[in-house]
Order: sequence, then C-alpha cells, then structure tokens
Amino acid sequence: MIRFVLKKLLFIFVSLFVLASATFFLMKAIPGNPFMSEKEIPRAIKEMLEAKYGLNEPIWKQYLTYMNNLLHLDLGMSMKQQYTTVASIIGTGFLYSLQLGIFAIILSIVAGVLLGIIAALNHRKFLDTFTILLAVLGVSIPNFVVAAGLQYFLGVKLRWFDVAGLNDPTDYVLPMIALAVLPAAFIARLTRSSMLEVLTADYIKTARAKGLSGRVILVRHALRNAILPVVTYIGPMTANIITGSVVVEQVFGIGGLGKFFVNSITNRDYTLIMGLTLFYAVILMAARFLTDLAYAFIDPRIKLSSRKEG
Amino acid sequence: MAGNTETSNPLPLSDVKLTKADFAKLDKSEKKGELVVRESISAWKDAWLRLRSNKYAMVSLVILLLIVLMAIIGQSIAGYDYRSQDLMGTNLKPNTDHWFGTDDLGRDMFARTWMGAGISLQVGLYAALVDLIIGVIMGGIMGYFGGKVDEILNRFCEIMYSIPNMLIVILLIVVMEPSMFTIVLALSITGWISMAWIVRGQIMQLKNQEYVLASRSLGAGAGRILFRHLIPNAMGPIIVTLTMTVPNAIFAEAFLSFLGLGVQSPAASLGTMINDALKAMTIYPWRMLFPAVLISLTMLCFNIFGDGLRDALDPKMKK
Amino acid sequence: MKLKSTMSTIAAVLAIILVVVGCTPKKEENGTTDTGNAGTATSKVFRMNLSTEPPTLDPAQSQDQVSFTVLNGLYEGLTRKNEAGEVVPGIAEKWDISEDGKTYTFHLRDAKWSNGDPVTAGDFEFSWKRALDPQLKPEPSAYAYQLYYIENAESYNTGGGATVDQVGVKAKDDKTLEVKLNSATPYFLSLMSFQTYFPVHKSVKDNEAWAASASTIISNGPFKMSDWQKSTSIKLVPNDNYYAKDEVKLAGVQFVMVPDSLTELNMYKTDELDWAGKPTGEIPADQIEALRGSNKDEFYQKGIASMYYYLLNTKEKPFTNEKIRKAFSMALTRKDITDKVTKAGEIPAYGLVPPGIKGETEEYRTEVKDDYFTEDLAEAKKLLAEGMQELGVTKLDPIKLTFNTSDNHKRVAQAVAEMWHKNLGVDVEIQNQEWGVFLENRNKLNYQVARAGWGADYNDPMTYIDLFTSKSGNNNTGYASKEYDDLVAKAYAEQDTKKRMELFKQAEKLFMDARAIVPLYYYSDVYLEKPGFKGIFIDYKGDIDYTRGYYEG
Repeated sequence: MIRFVLKKLLFIFVSLFVLASATFFLMKAIPGNPFMSEKEIPRAIKEMLEAKYGLNEPIWKQYLTYMNNLLHLDLGMSMKQQYTTVASIIGTGFLYSLQLGIFAIILSIVAGVLLGIIAALNHRKFLDTFTILLAVLGVSIPNFVVAAGLQYFLGVKLRWFDVAGLNDPTDYVLPMIALAVLPAAFIARLTRSSMLEVLTADYIKTARAKGLSGRVILVRHALRNAILPVVTYIGPMTANIITGSVVVEQVFGIGGLGKFFVNSITNRDYTLIMGLTLFYAVILMAARFLTDLAYAFIDPRIKLSSRKEG
Repeated sequence: MAGNTETSNPLPLSDVKLTKADFAKLDKSEKKGELVVRESISAWKDAWLRLRSNKYAMVSLVILLLIVLMAIIGQSIAGYDYRSQDLMGTNLKPNTDHWFGTDDLGRDMFARTWMGAGISLQVGLYAALVDLIIGVIMGGIMGYFGGKVDEILNRFCEIMYSIPNMLIVILLIVVMEPSMFTIVLALSITGWISMAWIVRGQIMQLKNQEYVLASRSLGAGAGRILFRHLIPNAMGPIIVTLTMTVPNAIFAEAFLSFLGLGVQSPAASLGTMINDALKAMTIYPWRMLFPAVLISLTMLCFNIFGDGLRDALDPKMKK
Repeated sequence: MKLKSTMSTIAAVLAIILVVVGCTPKKEENGTTDTGNAGTATSKVFRMNLSTEPPTLDPAQSQDQVSFTVLNGLYEGLTRKNEAGEVVPGIAEKWDISEDGKTYTFHLRDAKWSNGDPVTAGDFEFSWKRALDPQLKPEPSAYAYQLYYIENAESYNTGGGATVDQVGVKAKDDKTLEVKLNSATPYFLSLMSFQTYFPVHKSVKDNEAWAASASTIISNGPFKMSDWQKSTSIKLVPNDNYYAKDEVKLAGVQFVMVPDSLTELNMYKTDELDWAGKPTGEIPADQIEALRGSNKDEFYQKGIASMYYYLLNTKEKPFTNEKIRKAFSMALTRKDITDKVTKAGEIPAYGLVPPGIKGETEEYRTEVKDDYFTEDLAEAKKLLAEGMQELGVTKLDPIKLTFNTSDNHKRVAQAVAEMWHKNLGVDVEIQNQEWGVFLENRNKLNYQVARAGWGADYNDPMTYIDLFTSKSGNNNTGYASKEYDDLVAKAYAEQDTKKRMELFKQAEKLFMDARAIVPLYYYSDVYLEKPGFKGIFIDYKGDIDYTRGYYEG
C-alpha cells in the first residue's frame, strides 16, 4: 500500500510539472501584459515595470526562474494586487470558498442521492416524472439565473435573507443552494439511472428471495452497486466547488477564490494564474485519487494496484 | 436422477422390435405447427415498437421535432428580421405584432429566439457528439486496460482538466476566426474528460463481471469486449452525462461569446440572450423567459426521450 | 411511511448544516447597525460599493477609480476641489506663483497625520520624490508621469541623468514648499488634488508593505482606515487629527466590494447601501428607465468630463480616405443612441473636449461650440460615394467594428452598426474581444473601427488635446499631423489663458476636420443616493467626494 501511495505521489508530482510548464507557455503566448490599461502608460515607465518583474527576459529564462522559485515553494507576488503574495490571495479566498463549498457539496449529495432513489423506486410513476422534471430544470437553468432569482425573490422581495455578504449564518443559505442545484440535479439523474439498472439485476432478486428487508437490499446491495458513477462525478465536482464558483460568488458578493480564476487571466496577473492553476490541480488530483480509493472500497472486485490484467 | 432406474427398466432395448410399419409418413399439414407465422422482429424494430408505446417519449419526440422545425422556419414566420432594430420600440411586451416582445434594441424576440435556438441546438449537439466519441473511447481504454495505460491517460486528463480553459480560448481567438467549428473545438478540448472519467469508472466495475470472463474465455478481443459488452452496459450513466453535456455546452458557448470566440452579435445563441437579459430580469422578464423556457423544454424532451430510448434498447427493462 | 423517514433525515441534515454554519467565525458587524438607520442622528455611516478590491492604497501607485475613491477619504493634497470643480485651499493655506508661472510656493497650514505627527513641506517633497523613484518598491509607479510637470522629474524617473536632488521640489522649511516646473502649467493647482500628488507619511520608507493593511496606513485626510477585510470590505472612521475635523460629519464610510451590478442595486433596495452606481459601481442600463420612475427622488445623473468615441484606423482602407471617415461620423443619429440605448443622460458628442472642462472664463465647451460637423445623411452618402471613387472601389467590404466585452459597448456597437448599415448601405461586422486581445489589437492598429473612451486627468482642455499628438501613446488612429503637434507645443509654452484657448480651438478644429475619430457621446454618471444624505457629490471628472457629506433625516 505504501508503495502504491508513493508511486501515485510521484505521478502527481510529474503531472504538476508538466501542467506548470504547459500553463506557463500558454499564458505567455496570449497577447497582453499585466500593465495594460485603457490609458496607456508611457513606454519608459512600462519598461521599468517589465524589468522589475523580469518580463523583459527571454521566455525560457523567465520559465527557469519561475520553476526554480516553485521548487522552493515560492509562488511569488501578485503583479496586480500590490504588496500581496499569491499564497495569501489563495489562502484568503479559499477559506470563503471552502466554507461555502463543503455545505453545498453535502447538500447536493444528500438531496441528489435521495431524489434519485425515490425516483428509481417509483419508476414511471408520478414521483419519478416529477424528479426528472426537477432534475432537468436543475441542469438546464444556468446557475447565474438561479442565483439572481434566489437573491431577488428571497432577498429583495421577501426579505428572508440578506442580499449579499457572509456576515450571518443565514447568509450561507442562498449561495449554498445556488451552488448545489446543478450538482444535485445531476447526481439525482445518475443515481436514478444506475439504480434502475441495479434493481433488475439477479443478485437483487436473490436478496429479495432470501427475504432480506427492503432497506438492507436498498442500501447494502442496490445503492452500493449503483453509487459508482456518482462517486466518479463527486471527485471533480468537489474540486470545482471548493475552489469557488465565479458566478455564485459574484452574485452574492463573496470574496472567494472563484473570481480570481477569471480576473487573474483578464489582468494577465501571471504569478496568480500559475498559482491558481497549480492549486486547483493539486486539489483535483487529490480528489481523483480519493475517488479511486473509494472505488475499491465500494466494489472490492475493482483492483487498485497497477498489476497488468490477464 | 438415479433413484428408481435400477428396479424399473420397463423397456430394455433388446426387447424392442421395430417393424417398418412403425415408420409412417406424416401428413404435410402437421408441419404447420413449426411454421413462423409472425414476421421476425429485429432487435431495432422491437426497440422501436417499445418506444412507440411509451407515450411520454413520443410526445417528447414530437415536441423536439417541432422545435427543430421552428428553428429552421421560425424566423421567416416572425415577419421581422432578427437583426432589424427599432429604437422607438424597445423592450415591448409580447403583443400581437411581436409575439415574444422586443429586446433592448427593439428587435423581434420571436425571430431572435428561434435563430438562437438553431445556433444553440447545433452547439449542443456537436459538442455532445464529440464528447461522446472521445470520452467513451478514452474512458473505455482507461477502464479496460487499467495499469500503466490508465495511469498515464488519467494523468493526461487531469492535466488537461486543470489547464485554465480561458487561456486556451484566448489563444484560439488570436489564431482563429469565430465560427461554429471554433466554438465546438473550444468546447471539446476539455469537454470530453468528465465523460471519460464516468465511463472509466463504469468499465472498471463491469469488467470483472461473469459475462466478460465468459466472453474472454471464448477468445473475444479487447475491442469486442469493450464495445459489444462493456459499453452497452454502461449506457445508463453515459446517456445521463450526455444530457448534462448539452445544456453545459449551450451555456459555455455564452462564455465563449463573452471572450470573443462565440457567436458574434447581432446573431445570438439562447445562452447569450439569457445572459444579456439577466440584468433586466425583473423589469422585462420576457426577454429571458422565452429563451430560458425553450432551453428547459428542449432539455426536458431530450431527457424523457433519452430515457425512453434507453428503456427501449435495454431488454432487461421489458415489463 | 418511508417517505416520512427520509423527510426527517433531510430535516436533520439541514439542521446540522445550519448549526455548523452558525459556528463558523462571525465577521465583525458592519457599522450600520450601531449607528442605525432610524431617528434624527446626524452622524451616520455612509455605505457604498467599490465593486472590487482596490489594487493599491499607496497614492504613488494608484491609477484607478477604485483606489482613488478610497484615497480621497484618507488623504488630502495641497489643494482640494469644491463641487464646482474650483480649486480651494487644502493642506496649503495659500500659495504664490512667480511671474513666469514656473515657480509655485505653497504655504502649509497646521495639519497633522492621523498618528499626531505634523504634516510638513518635507513630507510632500519626500512623497513626490518617492513616487518618481525608479527603484520604488514593490514596483515603479505607473502614474509617475503625472509628476512630469516638475523640473527634472521625467529625467530622474526614467534614468535620464538627473539626480533626485535636481528634481524641482524643495521644502524651504516645515511650512514652505517650493515647486519648479518645466513650463508654466496653468492647471498645476488643480493637479495638487490629484492622487499621485498626495503626501505619505515618512515612516513608509521603513515598511515595504505599509499600504496593504489598515494598521499601517497613516493618513492626513478627513478619514483614517479602521478595518480592511481583503476582497470584502473597507471601513473608514473620522480622523481626529484632521485640521478641519468639525467639517467631517459622517460617522464613517463603509466600502463593500460587490462585483455584480444587479446585486449592488438589490443591496441598495434592501437598505444595505446608501449609494449605488457610478463612479465605482454601476446601474445596469436596462434598469435605468424603471428607476427613473420608481426611485425618482433618489435618482441622479451628472455629466462628467469623459468621452466615448470610435477610433478609425487611418492606415487601413477604407478609412485612409478622409471623405469616407467624414461620411461615417455624419451617418449616425447620436440622440437615438443616448436616449434609447445608453439612457444615462449622455450628451451627443461632435467634438473632442467634453463639457465640464474649464475654458477662459467659463467651460471650454460653452465658449467653443462643438459644431465641427452635423448629422446629415444625404451629405454622408454623397461623401461616401466620392470617397469610394477616390479609392477606386465600387463596393465596400464589410467594415469590422471591434470593442472589448461589456454589455454597454455591445449595445452601442450594435446600434451604430445598424445605423451605418441603414444609412450608408455598408455591411458592418461587429466583434467583441477579450480585454487584453482588444488592447493589443488597438495599440498595433490591427483594427478598422475600435471603441475608445477617455476621462480627464486634470481640468484643462490639454488633457484631451494632448491625446492625438503623433507621439501620444494613446493616439491609436495613425493620425499624425505636424501642424497639430506644433499647435499643441505652442499651447504648452503659452501662459496667457486667452491665447491658449485660441490654440486649443485651432487644434481641435484641425483634428476634427481630419475626423480620425467618430465622437459618440460625452459621458454621464448615473447613481442612486438615499434621501437624507447631503453634501456628497461627483466632481467634473467623475470622482466622488464624500468627505464633507452629512445626514439630515
């Protein structure tokens, strides 16, 4: 097992290196620089600024410098937000996004799986159709509309919640729902579909014939076998949600990490782009790794080791 | 089986005496009992029959066809060009003249909605198709072969998934002109990865099942096992993922427009129209309502039809 | 039965979630609850939206409206501007200007920093030289060129040979600051309230990161910073050491950083903000008409000295042809655009210098009418035909109109494209581009028609006229005229206001006749302000001044 984990870690390390290199050159290939603005600054000043950040050096040299700093775990200073390190921007933003994201993830999994099971058990009955309807609306109404709608009706019209900010516990409710709608809808559809397949399988019939209780069959036999695609989806979903959603954070005025994924690129804040990309990748890879571990846990027939299949 | 054979062997073979008379020719009419009177039904036809009896699916299919038809002819029955502005008649409520009202530049929303539907349907379908093909193949390979192949492809997917999409899109803007091809390309570069992961997980679970072992011991190759046995059995999650891909692509296209790669105004997709109408949602709701309802309706029909299709194709679902 | 148990499970999970959320560290209450919104209290916290985190709060580094808005409360320069845009004494009580207009001697009043230290002439000398320092940390100031009026400033800043001691600013004593200029600059006094000229406390030289947190910002203005939650909010409270603290009536200022304009409006509607809209927020154009009706006592629009225009690439066909350029600027009905598309009360533009900029005695735009051309569709068609003949073409290829992504730019571009199509019969393809891509294309003249906008830096026509000299980095049209450059050079050297205005008039006419740009409109700022707040205003160039605001309920 230890060897297995070490091997995985090595792979992740190599991947991060490849990712950092690809992103670095991609980012340098697009037009623009951190000092552009509607009012063009004089060339002499611009040159000083470029020299300050080493942007006047050849690309390969900039690359080596960056990679060297990275090896020392130094993500550098933001080029746009003065006196602020990339690490502190990520740290501050991540705290907000994580808080919000965890609740949204729990909500979407609980709601999605429950809805999916209810729908599957009532195949082609009213509850099933109703769940499909909900789930389809969930994936086909964009989340900026959901967020703005929740804000307007529950915040402005009914005044049940504050419009923006994260000052009170109740302030978490609207952004959490807005974040959870789409994943919950998708999870419900996935669960329903695999449950339907599993419920007709022979081992369920056997279990039923053995006289096991409905709940035992449902949880231990059916759900366990049906949950796999949901688990697969939860991996990247978790990475996406806890690193923040641009739309939801903008609408609810939350200082999370989401907006930086867009802003850093718009501003050509090179160090921040790199920092965010790597940070996201680490989280994604960790989530995917845990997903693979979960596979083996759910279905022991799935083998983790990289032994060649016969 | 062995129970009473010893004591009772009522007709030992040596005692049997057969004469020619014992073999009489049967009348031809007796053969009719074996005749196949009903036409033989192919699997596809069987599926179609089952689909046809599913009335939800059929209604969905009809609505989908209507939407496609309207996307093609809607503009011409609107009586207005989707581009022509009337600054004296902006933000008009739906009325007998403009059935869906007008937008902020006084353009007919009916014409624009159907024009947008045409664009968005194409974007959604092409993107879904590309995601399906690449995703299923990659996911299948990863899941089936496992080991080093899986490790390397998986890492490749993670890297692709982590590279900021926006950088790639901006680079595409610089080197390419906006067109349907560029849009689908931009959407597909990373779009297939979710599909690949879902398929990979399914295959990893399915490949240890008995029928795969059976097939393998009968000498079936990897390709045959994968495409004849494993992927058909993973169809459920694949279809669900696909139904998610379509709206995803439709809204991602709006983001491409935002960066300058998507459909350029005055043309607009449904996604862009909803985006543009967001700030007016509370005052001129019809500007968002019609495109949003159209997307939702299309997706609903897709889903119900897709479900029906899956049920029809899957013999286990027979009632 | 089963359903019931699942429902109770859901309820339990939700309850747990709420409890856990309740346990997360609670942020400090926003200052509004303690002061309350009830009663006759004259002292209230003023709440507005910055939309985003200020990129910096170091006056020497600041170059954007958001930073300016916060800095205007924290710092005060040698002069201030009143609501009419006139220069009034600030930290300097009075000043003398030499005969040749090149030497300014400022006499400072008794003023203190928020930590009690006196504000001295030496602080200004230190701050200005610091802003010009090419080795400034964390990076050289991008706006240092705002100080280039001062003798040897440019040379020192860009490594042209001058030493720091040669820069023409000197503290004669604690109360007297002498400034030597390159040439007479009539608007120099108005520059004294510009953010790059704000003083900073001398202690900043020992702390590189001083401007990044509330605790290390020492200010000399009406307010001081009490709290800064990164990416979330900034709180200012009155500065007890401010020389005119009696004039500061607000209990404080609370800035939030909400990027979404609809959210901002909703916060205003639910009384979480006292001000919504410009300069650092925005009222969505789609909402303006409705708000004009529903909130008419709180709705304001104020013309500012900024202009919105389209650049024509004079280096690429067909806009190499002057007649075609003229045809395109004549073939628009600007009033329809401002009334029906942008709707914020903008004024159709036919010249280069917007209203609000000072002329000889009144506003320049009042003294010099912008009647350089009229909207004449028949004439436009004729000019287009003639121009095409001169170019030797019978049909124009589709014109490409580019702009950077924004709802408003997109709307205007579509309206303009349709007008050109309808009035001139040319096809116009419009294309929005990502910000960086757009700027790069515009700078490299890789466009046919491109959106542009310009806001005044100081209260003088020069801030616009200077834009289209051949060496200006913001010209971007390919327009280069020796005659124009000469007129601008003369205006720089001229000290007599009347003669300067005459030179500006000539230059503007020369430029407008060449029509390298299509002027569209002079900007107007739209905002909502809660009733009861008084004395808060937007000045001629669009900066908000809340320092003397008060509440009367």
